[in-house]
Amino acid sequence: MSDPTKTPGAISIRHVDKVYDPEGVHVEAMRDCTFDISAGEFAIVVGPSGCGKTTLLNAIAGFDTITGGEIYLDGELISSTRHQIKPNVDRMVVFQNGALFPWKTVIENITYGPLVQGKMNKAEAYARAREMLDLVCLNGMENKYPEELSSGVQRRVEILRALINQPRVVMLDEPFRGLDAVAKTVMHEFLMQLFCATRRTMFFITHDLDEAIFLGHKVVILTTRPAMVKKVVTVELPWPREHKVMNSKDYLDLKGEVLEAVHEEARKAFEAGEREMA
Amino acid sequence: MSGKTQTAFHQSPLFRAIVGIVLFLILWQLLTAVLQLPRFKLLPNPISVAKELFSFHPISGRSIFTAGYYVDIAYSVARVMAAFSMATVLGVLLGLIMGWSRIFYEFTFPLVEIFRPMPPISWIPLAVLILPGIEVPVVYVTFIAAFFATVLNTLLGVLSIDKNYFLAARCLGSKPFDIFRNVVVPGALPFIFTGLQIGMGIAWLSLVAGEIIAGQMGLGYSIYEGYSLFQYDQVVYYMFTLGVLGYISSAGIRAVGRRLMAWEARRRGANE
Repeated sequence: MSDPTKTPGAISIRHVDKVYDPEGVHVEAMRDCTFDISAGEFAIVVGPSGCGKTTLLNAIAGFDTITGGEIYLDGELISSTRHQIKPNVDRMVVFQNGALFPWKTVIENITYGPLVQGKMNKAEAYARAREMLDLVCLNGMENKYPEELSSGVQRRVEILRALINQPRVVMLDEPFRGLDAVAKTVMHEFLMQLFCATRRTMFFITHDLDEAIFLGHKVVILTTRPAMVKKVVTVELPWPREHKVMNSKDYLDLKGEVLEAVHEEARKAFEAGEREMA
Repeated sequence: MSGKTQTAFHQSPLFRAIVGIVLFLILWQLLTAVLQLPRFKLLPNPISVAKELFSFHPISGRSIFTAGYYVDIAYSVARVMAAFSMATVLGVLLGLIMGWSRIFYEFTFPLVEIFRPMPPISWIPLAVLILPGIEVPVVYVTFIAAFFATVLNTLLGVLSIDKNYFLAARCLGSKPFDIFRNVVVPGALPFIFTGLQIGMGIAWLSLVAGEIIAGQMGLGYSIYEGYSLFQYDQVVYYMFTLGVLGYISSAGIRAVGRRLMAWEARRRGANE
């Protein structure tokens, strides 16, 4: 059971299998997937496209079931073949294509969680949201609708909407996909700043290896489908990081290591694709 | 180009609208009164229609200075409003529940799809047979097609909502009713309003058919009466009256929609 004095947010993924449509098409998305994320750790998950990264995220979030193994959050079983805890504020997801409610303003989006759960009254929630917006220099945006904002700002607001609930873990599914390289560096600094301020466990899916090594304490490389853990690379660069770290020898060595592992899997995925076509 | 820069009056939309109308009237006068082309010479010309419309002693007994004209308008508007309000309340409700509950959808969708294409006019015999009086059958016929248009569009609206909004709402701690209020209803609103526009159009259409066949009083009834009594000027300006009322009701729905969906309007603004 979880120890209340410790920072919460430790995830343990034990021998997880996922087969879609076992009676019919039988697509094996994950096989014996096992790894741990410590409380307050910034964990990055990389792997070839379609390998099952989002499947794993859905399983942890409680959006989807698994067909084998167990997932624990702070020692508590949250998913197995027989048992599943429904999505809740402990496990907050930031979606790939963004899921801010377009019919709510920025501040209505951010305060939605605390208000719908009845955790804060409106005045408290608005005050807290304004503080957060100030912290990341988005004050003045509160009455805008999401579609009036750039995609970078939308992502930042969505991350705030997740963090205001003080979840045990924040899961981000390629949140900065589609942003240009310059916007990304700003987003990385933003995320790092928030991470330092809140120390929530991060489960961050990406394709971008620079992003992975720059942000992560740990990079988990998954194999091509079915997803297994190929390799876990620990990133021991000092924290918080600045962008110039990307030129250091340590960084480049790490990147080489990750790249090699990812490339091998990408190659396999490519060949599997060729076979399917043939 | 921004609309805020000064546009000369002769380039403004209002001016162009007026020119369009004037050209139409000239063409109409030309075809009917001046050239008297075959077939067209049977039509009343705009000047005789206007004379009748603005007459203190109209031959048909109806002009803008007689109470009868306004009684007809009042009857028709009241019938449309009664039918349209019922269609909106019941149609939106049914559409939302169909989109919300898979099981309810599977029970009801085939029925809706069979009832929906039935032309409203085909309901007239049964409506007159079963329903009491004159008003209720006419209102029912006006209601029925608008109702199905609203149901279908509301349903499509719910089904069009991005699944991630539901997942995000669950993560954020929503209970089912919270999701209904904060995701389903606002997410479906743009489609609902499209449905209401279509529904309003169909309501006017069915109303006139209903009034012609089964009604007493009202614009449709008087159009048919005018036809029977050779009052073609009256027929024509009653048609224009219907056009204007239809236009006003659509504009009203659009205005309400804009108020309820500030986010939609601003999105369109941002994408311009």
